[in-house]
Amino acid sequence: MDGTKSISLFDGKKGDIIRITSMEIEGVMRRRLLDLGFVQGALVEVIRKSPLGDPIAFRVSQTSIALRKEESTRIQGELIRHD
Amino acid sequence: MTDTFRIALAGNPNTGKSTLFNALTGLKQHTGNWAGKTVSLAEGTFKHRSKQYRFIDLPGTYSIFSNSADEEVARNYIVFEKPDLTLVVVDATSLERNLNLALQILEMTKNVVICINLMDEAEKRGITINERLLARRLGVPVIKLSARNRAGIPLLLDTIDRIVSGKIACEPVQIKYDGEIEARIASLEPFVKQVVDDRISSRWIALRLLDGDESLLKELNTRLKTKEETVCNQS
Amino acid sequence: MQSELAGRSGDLNQLYERAQQIASPNLRDKIVQKLYQESKQLCEDSVSFGKAERDKHTEKLDAIFTSPIWGFPIMIIMLGIVFYLTIAGANVPSDMIASFFGWLEGHITSLFQLMNAPDWLHGLLVLGLYRGTTWVISVMLPPMAIFFPTFALLENYGYLPRVAFNMDRVFKKVGAHGKQSLTMAMGFGCNAAAMLSSRIIESPRERMLAILTNNFVPCNGRWGTLIVLASLFMAAGYTGGAKSLVTTAVIVGIVLVGILVTFLVSWILSKTALKGVPTHYTLELPPYRRPKFWETVIRSSLQRSLSVLVRAVKVAAPAGILTWVLANVNAGDQSILLHIVHFLDPFGQMLGLDGYILMAFLVGLPANEIVLPILIMGYLSTGAMTEVDNLGDLKQIFVSHGWTWLTALNMMLFSLLHFPCGTTLVNIYKETKSAKWTFLSFIIPTAIAILVTFAVAQIARLAA
Repeated sequence: MDGTKSISLFDGKKGDIIRITSMEIEGVMRRRLLDLGFVQGALVEVIRKSPLGDPIAFRVSQTSIALRKEESTRIQGELIRHD
Repeated sequence: MTDTFRIALAGNPNTGKSTLFNALTGLKQHTGNWAGKTVSLAEGTFKHRSKQYRFIDLPGTYSIFSNSADEEVARNYIVFEKPDLTLVVVDATSLERNLNLALQILEMTKNVVICINLMDEAEKRGITINERLLARRLGVPVIKLSARNRAGIPLLLDTIDRIVSGKIACEPVQIKYDGEIEARIASLEPFVKQVVDDRISSRWIALRLLDGDESLLKELNTRLKTKEETVCNQS
Repeated sequence: MQSELAGRSGDLNQLYERAQQIASPNLRDKIVQKLYQESKQLCEDSVSFGKAERDKHTEKLDAIFTSPIWGFPIMIIMLGIVFYLTIAGANVPSDMIASFFGWLEGHITSLFQLMNAPDWLHGLLVLGLYRGTTWVISVMLPPMAIFFPTFALLENYGYLPRVAFNMDRVFKKVGAHGKQSLTMAMGFGCNAAAMLSSRIIESPRERMLAILTNNFVPCNGRWGTLIVLASLFMAAGYTGGAKSLVTTAVIVGIVLVGILVTFLVSWILSKTALKGVPTHYTLELPPYRRPKFWETVIRSSLQRSLSVLVRAVKVAAPAGILTWVLANVNAGDQSILLHIVHFLDPFGQMLGLDGYILMAFLVGLPANEIVLPILIMGYLSTGAMTEVDNLGDLKQIFVSHGWTWLTALNMMLFSLLHFPCGTTLVNIYKETKSAKWTFLSFIIPTAIAILVTFAVAQIARLAA
C-alpha cells in the first residue's frame, strides 16, 4: 500500500485503482458522469489508453467508460492500489 | 374483445434490450409515432393467453434524469403515457450500474419487472445472482433471462400475465435519501398534490422539481395546457 | 386520453419556484450517490463472483483492437473487407437480376405488342416505370443485402465503439466527437438512418457537426453509382478478382476523400458557425459478444435492406414515369427533358459533367438510388440504343455521349459530395427543428461538390 496519495484520473497508470474524492466539472457533463457511476467514493480502475493517447478507458461500476483528457484531469481521487 | 396491454422496455444501452424486444415480438414490428410527437419508437405486438400485448422499445439510456433527448423520450413515455407495465432490462454482468437506472424507474412507476438479461454471459464468467433476494428488496418481480437463447421468456410472459391481471402486486422500493432531502420532499409534496393529480407519483415530481428539472416542468406545462384546451373545446 | 392530467399550468410554475427556493446546488450529486450506494449494496448482497469479476476475454481483445500498433491497421482492414465483400459479392447477383429483368422486359414488351397497346403506354409503363424500378432493384439490392448484415454483425459484436475510441483524438482535433465515426459508419448504409443515430452523440454541438457532415460518406444509394462507374471506367483493364480489387481500391479512395472533406468541414464549422457551444464526451466500451449470426443477418436484411429498398422503389416508380414523360413530351421543337438538359449543359461542362448528369442529380433528389437509372433513361431517350442487357452496353451508352475517365471521376465526386437526398433532409429538419441548419446541410455539400468537380475538371483539362 502506498498510503493515500491524491491524483487525477488522467495521471493514473494502467492498473491503478483510484477512489474518487471530487470532480471539478459542472453542468450536463457532471450529471452524465454521475449517471455512469463516477460518484464520490466510487472505485475507478485505469484500463487503457487509446492508440493516440487520449481518451483513456476506465473501469467504473463494472463497466468500461472512456473519458477525454479534459475531463479525466478534473476528477480527483486517492490512489488505492498501484501495480 | 381481448384487452390490449402496453408494455414498455427500458434499460441501459448494450443490455440486449432490443434482443429481448425482438424475441418477444418476432418480426411483427413497426415504427409508430406516439402522442403526436415526431419521436418514433419501435413497437411490436404479441398474443399470450388471449391477451394482446403491445411492446414499446424505449431508447437505451444510462439514467432517466432528462440529460438528453433520448432520456426525455423514455421518461415521458413512462410517466405520461403510462404503460401497463415497464420491463427494465439489466445486464447481469454489470448489475451495479444497471440497477442505478432500475431504482430511478421504480420511483416513477408502479408496475415494473426487472429482467436480468445476458445470464448466459454471467454464468460463463461464474457470476451467480440471487434474484429472490433482489425481488424482495426491490419490491417487484425479478426474472433471469438470456434473450438470445430465449431462456427465461416463458417465465417472464407468465409474470407479465399475472401482473396485468392483478394477481401479483408490485410494491416498488422507494429510496430513502438523507434527512435534509427527505424533509424538503415532505414539505413540497402537499403542494404537488394540489397541482397534479395522483396518477403521477407526487414524491417523484417533488424530487425532480427540487433537482431543478426544467425539462419536466416544460413537459408538465404543455401537457396541462393540452388538457385545458380539450376542456375548452368540449364546453 | 391516458396522458391527460388535471391541474393548472400557472400553479405549476409557482410550484417550481417554491421547489427552487428550498433546493440545494449539490442535490443531484447526493441523489445519484445514494442510488449508487443502494445498487452497490444490492449487488454485494445478491451477486457473487466465482472465477473473476473481470472480463478477461474482452480485455484480451481490446489489447489487440485498441493497440497503438494494431488498432489503426485493423480498422482499415475491416473497412476494406466490408467494402470488398459488398462489391465482389454483389457483382454476380446484380448481373443475374439485371439479365432476369431484361429477359422479363422482352416478354412484357411482346405482351404489349400482342394487345396492340399504344406506344406511349408501353413507353410510360415499361421504359419508364418498369426500367426505373428494376434498375434500382438490380443495382441496389445485392450490395445492401451484403452491407447491412455485415455491418450489423460488427455492430452487435461490439467492435464499433472501439473505432470511436481509437478515432476520438482525430475527431477532437477538428472539434468533433469520436462517436461521429459511428454515425459515419451508419451513413455508409443510409444517411437518412444515420441522422436518427446521431442521437448517440449527446452534446448538441458535436451532434450538429455529425449531422451536417454525414452526407460526405456515400450511402448505399450512391454505392451503386460508384461501383458501376469505378468498375466501368477505373477498373476497365482488369478482369475477375483483380477487377473487384481495383474497384474496391477506387471506392476506398473515394471514401477517403469523403472522410477528408468531413474532417475539413467539421474543423471549419467548429471554428466558425458552431464555435463555443459546450462539449462533453463519454463513451462506453461494452464487452464483446458473439452475435447470433443468422438472426442478425435475417433481421438486418428485413429491417434495413428491405425498408431502404422499398423506399427507393417507391421513389423510383414515379421518377421513372416522370423521366419518360419529360423525355417524350415536346415543348416546341424538342422534348422538355432536352430543354432542361441544354439549359444545364454549359454549367455541367464546366464541372466536367454534362446537362444529363445534372438533370439526373436534380430529379434524383428524393433518393440517390435513382440517379443512375434516370441518367441512363435520359441518354436512352435520345440515343440509338434501346437495350441494356449488361454493363458493357452501359459503357457504350456513356462513351457515345462523350464520357471520358474524367466524366466518370467527376460524377463519382459529385455523387459523393452533393446535397443529401430528400429523406435525409426531412430527417435533418426533424432532428434539428431548424430550417437554417437544414438549408446549410443542403448548401454546404452542394457548394463543395461544385467547387471540387470544377477544380478537378480545370486541372485535368490543363494537364491534357
